[in-house]
Amino acid sequence: MMRVRRGVAPVAAFVLALVSAFGAPAVPAQGNAVDEIAKYRAALQDGNPAELWEARGADLWKQKRGPKTASLEQCDLGLGPGVVKGAYARLPRYFADADRVMDLETRIVWCMVTLQGFSEADAKKGPFGGPDRKADMEAYVAYVTSESRGVKMNVALDHPKEREAYRLGEKMFYFRGGTHDFACATCHGEDGKRIRLQDLPNLTQTAGAQKAYTTWPAYRVSQGELRSFQWRLNDCFRQQRFPELVFASDASIALTMFLARNANGAAFDAPAIKR
Amino acid sequence: MADPMKIRANVVGDSTEVKVLMSHEMETGQRKDAQGKTIPAWFIQNVTVAHNGKPVLNAQWGPAIAKNPFLSFKFKGGAKGDKIEITWVDSRGEKRTDEAVIA
Repeated sequence: MMRVRRGVAPVAAFVLALVSAFGAPAVPAQGNAVDEIAKYRAALQDGNPAELWEARGADLWKQKRGPKTASLEQCDLGLGPGVVKGAYARLPRYFADADRVMDLETRIVWCMVTLQGFSEADAKKGPFGGPDRKADMEAYVAYVTSESRGVKMNVALDHPKEREAYRLGEKMFYFRGGTHDFACATCHGEDGKRIRLQDLPNLTQTAGAQKAYTTWPAYRVSQGELRSFQWRLNDCFRQQRFPELVFASDASIALTMFLARNANGAAFDAPAIKR
Repeated sequence: MADPMKIRANVVGDSTEVKVLMSHEMETGQRKDAQGKTIPAWFIQNVTVAHNGKPVLNAQWGPAIAKNPFLSFKFKGGAKGDKIEITWVDSRGEKRTDEAVIA
């Protein structure tokens, strides 16, 4: 008996066919489609290609790289140098050495600069992979996040700068702008919203915020790439027709802080797999 | 050089279940790039699996298999500690071999 994962197209076509077959009563059709997508995700969970990124990231983490030919093994992700296990569940957080709140990507950039001697511009270059280029950053993120699987989200708001980041993130979440006069809350502030067939989590409710935050990064089958939470934010900004969210900027960290903190209490469960 | 495969092999009853993830683009030859040029086909054509040196699976694949393929199969026999060796060869003649031990 042999089982092989084939392309996404037949499944997508099947789901679409299902919807058009029940075209008239839209609500039950949507329910069916959502069930089918859930089944599709469950079928793919076994053998998640995200593991390939985790393995590559774990390998890169130990490699001596950069002008100082050092590895990232001594990188302090907040739980002390060299501690990766459980670190992601407490990020973003305030780091005294940088005197700033940092999310995972920003902290990895910091370590690449301080430990490996990369310039900041080089460390931030090309954070998202594409069809012809694999991004090291996504591999690092896959590895570090996988080491927090099963750990309860526990993002603190102890330091004044952490509270400031959270407040700024909250403001951004509800801020309407751009050509469509959209805010994050336009799509993510109510139950039952969707874009095409994708149901959108209500991020103003604890359950929605937890489910959304704890299932990124994820392998996107339709793109054949592992996508980080950072990528999710950037793509939301693109869909809102907002200016591009600058990688590792204070705004990006603040929005991550707001969404990560709201997921507190839930067990982290990624890298996951999404259609 | 292609990235390593992820291989898991476990004894289930009187047979061994093998699950393997491969890292490969699996280009169909049907897609076009941003300039409108056809992206040449590039996919895994042959997969062979050996258990302690004896072949247990030989598969011929085509462009319909997904990117980063996942393959799962069972074969009769196999014991804890036995060696599983998997090799793929793609349409450019590139190949990769990885090993795992049955758990």
